[in-house]
Amino acid sequence: MENGRTKVIAALVENKPGVLHSIANMFRRRGFNIESITVGHTEQKGLARMTITVKGDERIVEQVIKQMHKLIDVVKVSGLEPENIVARELVLVKVNVPDTKTRSDVINCVEVFRGRVVDVSSGTLTLEITGTPDKIDAFLNLMKTYGIMELARTGLTALSRGSKSIRIDE
Amino acid sequence: MTKMSGAKALIESLDRQNVEVIFGIVGGATLPVYDVLCKSKIRHIHCRHEQGAAHAADGYARASGKAGVCIATSGPGATNLVTGIANAYLDSSPIIALTGQVCTTSANTSYMIGRDAFQEADIIGITTPITKHNYQLQGAAEIPKTVKTAFYIATTGRPGPVLIDIPKDTQTEVTEIEFSDKIVIRGYKPTFNPHPLQIRKAAELLAKAEKPVILAGGGVITSNASPELLQTAELLMAPVATTFMGKGAFPENHPLSLGSIGMHGNPVANKLLCETDVLLAIGTRFSDRATGNLDSFCSAAKKIHIDIDTAEIGKNIEADIPIVADAKKALNALHKRLAKQLKKKEKSAWIKRVKEAKEQLNPPSKGESKDLKPKALLQQLRKLLPEDAIITTEVGQNQMWAALYFNALKPRTFISSGGLGTMGFGFPAAIGAKVACPDRSVVDIAGDGSFRMTEQELATSVMEDIPVTVIVLNNSVLGMVAQWQRMFFKKRYTAVELGSVPDFVKLAEAYGAQGFHVESIAEFSKAVQKALKSNVTTVIDVPISSEEDVVPMVPPGCGINEQVGEY
Repeated sequence: MENGRTKVIAALVENKPGVLHSIANMFRRRGFNIESITVGHTEQKGLARMTITVKGDERIVEQVIKQMHKLIDVVKVSGLEPENIVARELVLVKVNVPDTKTRSDVINCVEVFRGRVVDVSSGTLTLEITGTPDKIDAFLNLMKTYGIMELARTGLTALSRGSKSIRIDE
Repeated sequence: MTKMSGAKALIESLDRQNVEVIFGIVGGATLPVYDVLCKSKIRHIHCRHEQGAAHAADGYARASGKAGVCIATSGPGATNLVTGIANAYLDSSPIIALTGQVCTTSANTSYMIGRDAFQEADIIGITTPITKHNYQLQGAAEIPKTVKTAFYIATTGRPGPVLIDIPKDTQTEVTEIEFSDKIVIRGYKPTFNPHPLQIRKAAELLAKAEKPVILAGGGVITSNASPELLQTAELLMAPVATTFMGKGAFPENHPLSLGSIGMHGNPVANKLLCETDVLLAIGTRFSDRATGNLDSFCSAAKKIHIDIDTAEIGKNIEADIPIVADAKKALNALHKRLAKQLKKKEKSAWIKRVKEAKEQLNPPSKGESKDLKPKALLQQLRKLLPEDAIITTEVGQNQMWAALYFNALKPRTFISSGGLGTMGFGFPAAIGAKVACPDRSVVDIAGDGSFRMTEQELATSVMEDIPVTVIVLNNSVLGMVAQWQRMFFKKRYTAVELGSVPDFVKLAEAYGAQGFHVESIAEFSKAVQKALKSNVTTVIDVPISSEEDVVPMVPPGCGINEQVGEY
């Protein structure tokens, strides 16, 4: 892996208070940078899944995984190979649409990117786009020309392709 | 299931872990626990500062191999433990820290967690980066399982401190309590057994090695692997260096011993480590003080790294053959494998080189020194103490002189703050070690600066009847810092003068201990002999020159083979 490439780490963690703190604390203490982090419940009771993207060379990413593994509340952690994952991010973006021409231009763009309009007001459109970070970047670049009022990105979430999983046997 | 209070459940749980002693200080948020503790068979040792309690628990743990337990009240009691917890964390010492906490729920809602109640501190947040794990109890029913789990986590794998924060209402809550023997921690499964393939590879590499060196770290002591280390070294005829934390893992009077490596390591160890072709490192994290500049550290050698903590493999040094396992199990497997393929090795050329290096770099002292020089003092101390006497040290010059000149002969007999470098550790740790091993002599090698940081524990040692010996190498300065200012800051001495106060003899006497002031090696010997026989703590004040440097030394940023100064 070349220097500074983004790596996706998936972890199953105990779903209880303080776990996010201990993980974030470890990143801070060891000087690792979190690019993005997403957390949510899983199909297994008491477990949450985290998707963390970090930038760094192979050695740093390996240390991140090992240090996460050391935390008692981290049940399983694994580095996901970028070629073998499905990864998505969601963005909500509010765009200025002062006139009907702009409005229809923006709606056309949204259709091309297979997004949706989720809210309309007299001067704005709120849009929802799901996709890889690259696709979202491209869309946001396009929207900049119209004027982005506000946006919220979720950060990446990911699963391995095929039958591979980090699920634990209970 | 039995109905009882949380406090009772806690003491009962500790008893089930065979806890014999707790070091601590009582306070408002631990009153219910103490009310039960005083009626139990567990001994409570009343310390005079919570830092002392934590270090004493640490000293107890390192001397005994069992978990040490300390207790403090909420807020300042808990935060006073922090230095001791961080110290135990960096040296992988198993301590259990119990802290009182304000209530989870209360009729008086202002005395509740999160309301900035009186003596409330977020000890969970504070200790997250310095504990192996921590818990805040939410109800009395959780106590037995939490205590059992905490002890398991603290003492297995790579040991470390675990903190349990106990809100006051949890202590008073009366509920059905179940003591179960089963614990399940799905996120914690240390690897104990080595991978056979890695052992085979390591054995092959070692069998072919021409200039092997074994580097034993603190992990060898933790896993009680000294016998396995000795038989492996003797089979391979490989010299053994230790890290500072590994001191005592291998008898330092053995012909294959090179002493300890590092910034103030033995020059023989530092030199030969740079000549080896195969390094077998066990239970070491390759700290910066041990390795010096990484570029020249064992640069020509293939490296086998055994450690129970996966994250240590490749953290500072890339290993050619990593082995994640318990040191004792790995060394045992390695020895078995090696014994199959080789008879006792005759490495005449390498062993000859080891002998030569020792003669050249560790020349015997010329005649008997009469001056109070640290080297002579510590070598004399070794002669005066039985083999199994336990040494603790403070931090600074006293510690490094002890590392250089005091030969540790058995594991768990050299107890020092290696990672955190905590001044004030040695004396309370000596108290803890003496509690663990009441029949053995315990001596704290101290400096006047360090000893003053926890000297109040003289009260603990006298009142609790725990006699230890403190040897104060008294140079009236913060010696190690003064040395750095002398060597690297053109003698611009700043904030290092301690002056001639206090009178350590009077200080000892003020606490009901005995004090001796000595002016010669002969007086020193007499004082030590008296102290060893005494049933009260003894402080021996030994004046030494403030100009004395700890040498040899590896200047910061240099490789360990670039040591300056004579041994």
